[in-house]
Amino acid sequence: MAATTTVPETPPVVERPYRGGRLARILSPFRQAKGVQRFMLLTGTALSFVFVFCAIFAPLIAPFEFDQYQDAAGRFPQQAAPSSAHHWGTTVNSFDVLSRTIWGARTALEVMILAVIFALFIGVPLGLISGYVGGWLDRILVLVMDALFAFPYLLLAIVASFLLKETIGNGIIVAAIAITVVYVPQYFRVVRASTLSARESTYIEAARAMGAKPRTIIHKYLFANVVQSVPVIGTLNAADAILTLAGLGFLGLGIQPTEAAEWGYDLQRAIADAGAGIWWTALYPGLAIVLAVTSLTLVGEGLNDILNPTLRRRRNRAPDIMSGSSAVGPASAGTVEEDAGE
Amino acid sequence: MSRAGSLRGYILVRLALMVPMVWVLLTVVFLMMRVAPGDPISATLGGKLPPEELARRQHELGFDKPILTQYVEYLWDVVRFKFGTTITDGRTIQSIIIENGGATLTLTLAALLVAICVGLPLGLIAGRYRETIPDAFIRVFGILSYAAPVFFVGLMAQLLFAKNLDWLPASKQASATVQALAPVHTHILIPDLLIEGNWSGVGDALKHLILPAVTLGLLVAGVFIRLVRVNVGQALGGDYVEAARARGIPERRVVSFHAFRNALVPVVTVMGLQAALLLGGAVLTEQTFSWPGLGSQLLTYLNNRDYIGVQGLITFFALVVVVVSLIIDIVNAMIDPRVRY
Repeated sequence: MAATTTVPETPPVVERPYRGGRLARILSPFRQAKGVQRFMLLTGTALSFVFVFCAIFAPLIAPFEFDQYQDAAGRFPQQAAPSSAHHWGTTVNSFDVLSRTIWGARTALEVMILAVIFALFIGVPLGLISGYVGGWLDRILVLVMDALFAFPYLLLAIVASFLLKETIGNGIIVAAIAITVVYVPQYFRVVRASTLSARESTYIEAARAMGAKPRTIIHKYLFANVVQSVPVIGTLNAADAILTLAGLGFLGLGIQPTEAAEWGYDLQRAIADAGAGIWWTALYPGLAIVLAVTSLTLVGEGLNDILNPTLRRRRNRAPDIMSGSSAVGPASAGTVEEDAGE
Repeated sequence: MSRAGSLRGYILVRLALMVPMVWVLLTVVFLMMRVAPGDPISATLGGKLPPEELARRQHELGFDKPILTQYVEYLWDVVRFKFGTTITDGRTIQSIIIENGGATLTLTLAALLVAICVGLPLGLIAGRYRETIPDAFIRVFGILSYAAPVFFVGLMAQLLFAKNLDWLPASKQASATVQALAPVHTHILIPDLLIEGNWSGVGDALKHLILPAVTLGLLVAGVFIRLVRVNVGQALGGDYVEAARARGIPERRVVSFHAFRNALVPVVTVMGLQAALLLGGAVLTEQTFSWPGLGSQLLTYLNNRDYIGVQGLITFFALVVVVVSLIIDIVNAMIDPRVRY
């Protein structure tokens, strides 16, 4: 960016980041975004970085361990109000609320990443194949996925984690698997739906007419077009995964307090405190959830706004009318080029 | 694969599709509940009863039969609406549904009302005035209301409105006296009180309903806002809206008649899906507010590891969602001819 203003003798270098360059491509939504949109996207990204930073450097940032209830000076006070020793107070178990909240970010991030990766690797290929191939395979998959999808997602996670707890045990992986069960049908449905609509579109028809094999079509044409919606669902699902994890924890079916700090579990313990007017045990873990989920949602929604061509068309309505090109074909193709060239 | 179907044909196909769907669902429930080692009786009561007694109970309930026989019997029972009797407190699932279902129904309907009243207007405004300051505020509100877990909002609401301001009761469905003296007609508290003409009781119950309903309703409202906003945005960019503008129809009418109406069609579909969100959210809300509904019953049985109780209630929840989505699909097909196939 800075090169444009300072170094006049190297025009090719200026051209480059716009066309190729992986970094430029990742950053392109940020450049395309304008006004409120840009603000929301940037805020979301910044908050996400804070969340990830807390998760990675929890041992350095947090004043105490997540399950530490005493130090050299003796046992911490129970349900103590925020003070200089414990900035966000302590819980009924004498845990430091600040420390548990920071450590909770780490748990949430771990579960979230695992759950999204599991769900992606199962849901996307299934959706692509099911949507393109069709036939009995499609019917069976749709039947099973719809059945899973019809389950209220939290109940599904509840049952899954209840049974996993009985058979395997507690822990981050188990929580992630329970959440994965919920999200596979979502990826499947979204990817299958966009595959179905893309399958009927002109460019796929053209590819088919040219004699491309189903494999090639799925790989070269469908995947690239369908996968555009995946980062959006991915971030939104990641946000959802945090909520589901917290919900499980709140119901006492999530990660046990001795294994890791978990915001939902802390909130469950805070119900009893709320009756006594103790607010700090509920407020901080809750705010942490809200911030983590909000930041990811802002990123997801921001990406959706920018990457979704149907919305983009409307924003560029005025120039389209001027150029007159939009009357001919799908306006998105023209405007994408325009935006890339800007 | 005929493309142009009639509405009646669609409904028949949809009904026919429901059968395998319910079957798959029941199979999933059955398999999930049986992957755990051992049988429900010893999982629940193992170690609490002498072995002979355990064996006798297992035989009584048919858990010593081959798994396939059990599976067929389970399906047959569900077809006859027999969901079994809980192991820990000996209630039939039907009686739990009748006695506790009313509370959940009241909560979810009230929450849905809140969600529609808050979500639709805000979504329409945000979609109409995209990328302006009101849009930004509404979007942030929508995101926050979705991002905040119901139990956190519920706890904060309890702290603020019940504990600090003392405006509203913090938990339960009604005051102890109202609850204890309430007559039983429909097993749903508010109608029961209405039948008796107990107006102060109704007021008390409504007061208790406000916090849980708003808490759960705001969660769903967040989804509505997002959805309506995006749909209005897409509808306003649609060709038919441009066509309407080109015909010289006033902008006001274009927006309210052409764009909004079409934007609301997909919302009906998603409202069906929100039944699942509502039920899931209800479990959390009930837990937060000690609301005596099906969700809190489910949790009791989960904690007591009562497999029959869990299985019965989960089966029931699944059936509810299937039926709701069936109804919504049919309504949707009536509104939008493109849905039929």
